[in-house]
Amino acid sequence: MEVVRPQSHRNLFSSNDAVSAPTIPLYRSAPPLEVRLEDFESFAIDRLRVLKGISDGLSRGKKPDEMEKLVKDLWKMNMRHQHASEVLNKDIISHFVLRLVYCRTEDLRKWFLSMECALFRYRFRFLTTEAQRAIMDEFDLTCKAVNNVEFESIKEKLGQVARSMGQPSPTVDAIFYKVPFEEVPELVARRQVFISQGYAYVAMNQVVSLVATLFRSQLSKTLVLTNRKWTSSIREQEKHRLTPIVEALSSSYLGPDFSQPREYAEISLKDIDQVAKSSFPLCMRHLFDKLKEDHHLKHGGRMQLGLFLKGVGLNLDDALAFWRAEFSKKVGLEKFEKEYSYNIRHNYGKEGKRTDYTPYSCSKVISSTPGAGDHHGCPYRHFSEENLRAALSRMGVNSRAMEDVMDKVRNRHYQLACTLTFEALHGVQCDAGINHPNQYFSDSQKILQPKKDSAA
Amino acid sequence: MIPQQDSEFDSNCLKPYYGKLFPYADIFKWMSYGHDGKHPGCDQSYFGRREFSFTLNGDFYLRFQSYNNALELEKAIKEKCPLKIDIGPVYTVDPAKRHAYAQSDNNVFTPVERELIFDIDMTDYDDVRYCCKGADVCLDCWPLMTIAIKVIDTSLRDDFGFKHILWVYSGRRGVHCWVCDGKARRLTNEQRASVADYFRVYKGNENSHKKVSLMGAALHPFLATSYTNVLKDYFEKVLLTRQNLLATEERYEKILSMIPDESIASELRGKWQDSRRSSSAKEDINIVRWEQCKQLLQSGKHKSQGLRRCVEEIVFCYTYPRLDMEVSKHMNHLLKAPFCVHPKTGRVCVPIDPNRCDEFDPTTVPTVFQLLEELNNEGLRADVNGERSGTSLGNSVTLFRSSFLEPLQKGSKEEIERSYNLKLQQSKNSIGW
Repeated sequence: MEVVRPQSHRNLFSSNDAVSAPTIPLYRSAPPLEVRLEDFESFAIDRLRVLKGISDGLSRGKKPDEMEKLVKDLWKMNMRHQHASEVLNKDIISHFVLRLVYCRTEDLRKWFLSMECALFRYRFRFLTTEAQRAIMDEFDLTCKAVNNVEFESIKEKLGQVARSMGQPSPTVDAIFYKVPFEEVPELVARRQVFISQGYAYVAMNQVVSLVATLFRSQLSKTLVLTNRKWTSSIREQEKHRLTPIVEALSSSYLGPDFSQPREYAEISLKDIDQVAKSSFPLCMRHLFDKLKEDHHLKHGGRMQLGLFLKGVGLNLDDALAFWRAEFSKKVGLEKFEKEYSYNIRHNYGKEGKRTDYTPYSCSKVISSTPGAGDHHGCPYRHFSEENLRAALSRMGVNSRAMEDVMDKVRNRHYQLACTLTFEALHGVQCDAGINHPNQYFSDSQKILQPKKDSAA
Repeated sequence: MIPQQDSEFDSNCLKPYYGKLFPYADIFKWMSYGHDGKHPGCDQSYFGRREFSFTLNGDFYLRFQSYNNALELEKAIKEKCPLKIDIGPVYTVDPAKRHAYAQSDNNVFTPVERELIFDIDMTDYDDVRYCCKGADVCLDCWPLMTIAIKVIDTSLRDDFGFKHILWVYSGRRGVHCWVCDGKARRLTNEQRASVADYFRVYKGNENSHKKVSLMGAALHPFLATSYTNVLKDYFEKVLLTRQNLLATEERYEKILSMIPDESIASELRGKWQDSRRSSSAKEDINIVRWEQCKQLLQSGKHKSQGLRRCVEEIVFCYTYPRLDMEVSKHMNHLLKAPFCVHPKTGRVCVPIDPNRCDEFDPTTVPTVFQLLEELNNEGLRADVNGERSGTSLGNSVTLFRSSFLEPLQKGSKEEIERSYNLKLQQSKNSIGW
């Protein structure tokens, strides 16, 4: 492979405002660049810091404007290069290295895909209008603009949608793009577009969602292709050089997934009531209490609590006994065996496609959408203030700590609220913050176990 | 009210039902989506990659069953006599042979097509109906399902542009919806979730108060249309009186708690607490009270944003469809096949005509017992259309064919033709190069 040096005009990019660089590469094909081995790794780690930062920001429930600032700072801090001309190359190289790292399993792909798309989305916003147009051209969007005749015929509806979002009605010179509704799922989900006969009418200021979706589907497809290449040739070819680096990169940053119970966490059925009181985070404690009270939980609740208990170390037999004991009081033993036990075995990978399912992380719990009759989700997000206060005081949170918790909740920092609750109940600082219900549990056990041991 | 069978019905009833009445050929034609034809663009493996799953007597659950044609399907159902038949997605490969493919590093066994489905269950409405609870339904609460069909069906057609939509009675307390257009079948999980979310206004769960919250200066056109064309009328003309939504203190307190302005709530409470004096015997108390409530909330002196929206919020809360979101969001969710017999009620899961859903009465849906009796009375009278036409199931099958299957088959054939020609065109072009 030859060294292909960047063209001189790339010098236009200055490392200080890389974020507002004229354009964002769409990473359509791997660059014909020679990369030094240490750059291969260090560029990737720098980009990973950005993606991990975005992931943390999102799971802490940061608002869009806070995210925007966060992404800008993260990019500035990590993605600059001593040579201005290399900034774009660093961007491209780091992306392709991480693509290799994160193509290898479904979970890795999913994470990488969402983080890269979030990054793309915020970077797109920083672009000038011309640069945005250029990217829209790349995706063949400009030809999909709605003409005047059609605009007049749906003007009223477009106005209704705008006003439903608290924006003024669009004027005649407003540009809308007419695309199949499937291309803007997030706008559809929030009812932020007018949809008619299968087409969504996307306003210019919403175009970022459209572009991000197109970027996402392109990246999603290529990730699968990369994976194929990785398993069929690259992994073997690079056995002594890149493969070890690639394999180390993915595990070092994602943190534990809690699919295997920790050594602290082996619990048995007889202890479960006691540890539920002492070491369950509120989301699980609530489900646990409701289960004991109603002898029933709906599907979302069974999944959230069931997988948590698996992560905590309840083995399959104990899990079956635990759920059976409660459910049989309400639906009877026979119905339990018939309708519910399958799901529990399924969670433990004993039925169906036999995947060993992973306990839900905070971001998954927070983003769930509990409906009528549901008790799952994150109490800090999904409870009314009144109910949350009551629940916290039942847990033993004192009134001063309560106000701090509620303050975080009002600012939508749900994981910080949970972290403060943890600190209030355990009397210990928790600097890492709570990112996973099972982490709450194991951290709590780590603090409580030695005390018990020394007492005994 | 639909009576609960004391014990689950004898699965022996199912034998003659599957033997003589179940419409195998129709289910096969539907699930083939035109690929059972002779056209060179047909994919002969299509039907065989569809997952069927059976619940058998005695707690057996058979997943990932697959069949190559109508005859195989018929043979398997007759032989196994399942209490329930579920339909899953179409996979990349024959689901019965999935283990053979699971060995490879790349799991190629994955769903590729699935109807967009919706499941609406009366139990999710327990906080807004007072006639029955849980598994029971009656003609006083069934209008909630009628509303759901009208609202969702209209939007699926007008907003999303879908044409081939099948509504089915679930056999006890709800309805299922199958959207079968090619485009719908190929939606990703994320796109499915977005459609389901588009339909969702109900944000509260058991632990927060406000169940419906409508913000902004206007309603989204979909919600506005649903409100004026369906919800408002059903609330005021049907549910208000049939459910007696404002008749007792406990019930009106629930509605008052949704009014953010305490002074209005207490003014109404005052009026309603000694309503014997103010209400005339002629007029229904619910209607009188609702008019008072509306008048106060919409009157000039309380023109704040939140209060005007409040009338709509109350109506939405008591009428708007509540979907089981998880069912719609994932491609590989199973859903009970139409024309199954509900194992608890014995009622057949018959299709519902969305254009005449007002007339649908769940309490008169034929049960398997009734059908078997009709079959016996029919005796040996031969009939070209088979024995079904002599029973109450005949109409349902006719409806399934005329309003759903025939237009679907026509559409499927056109789609196959179109994509075949496109492929031909592309290969011609590439030869030219």
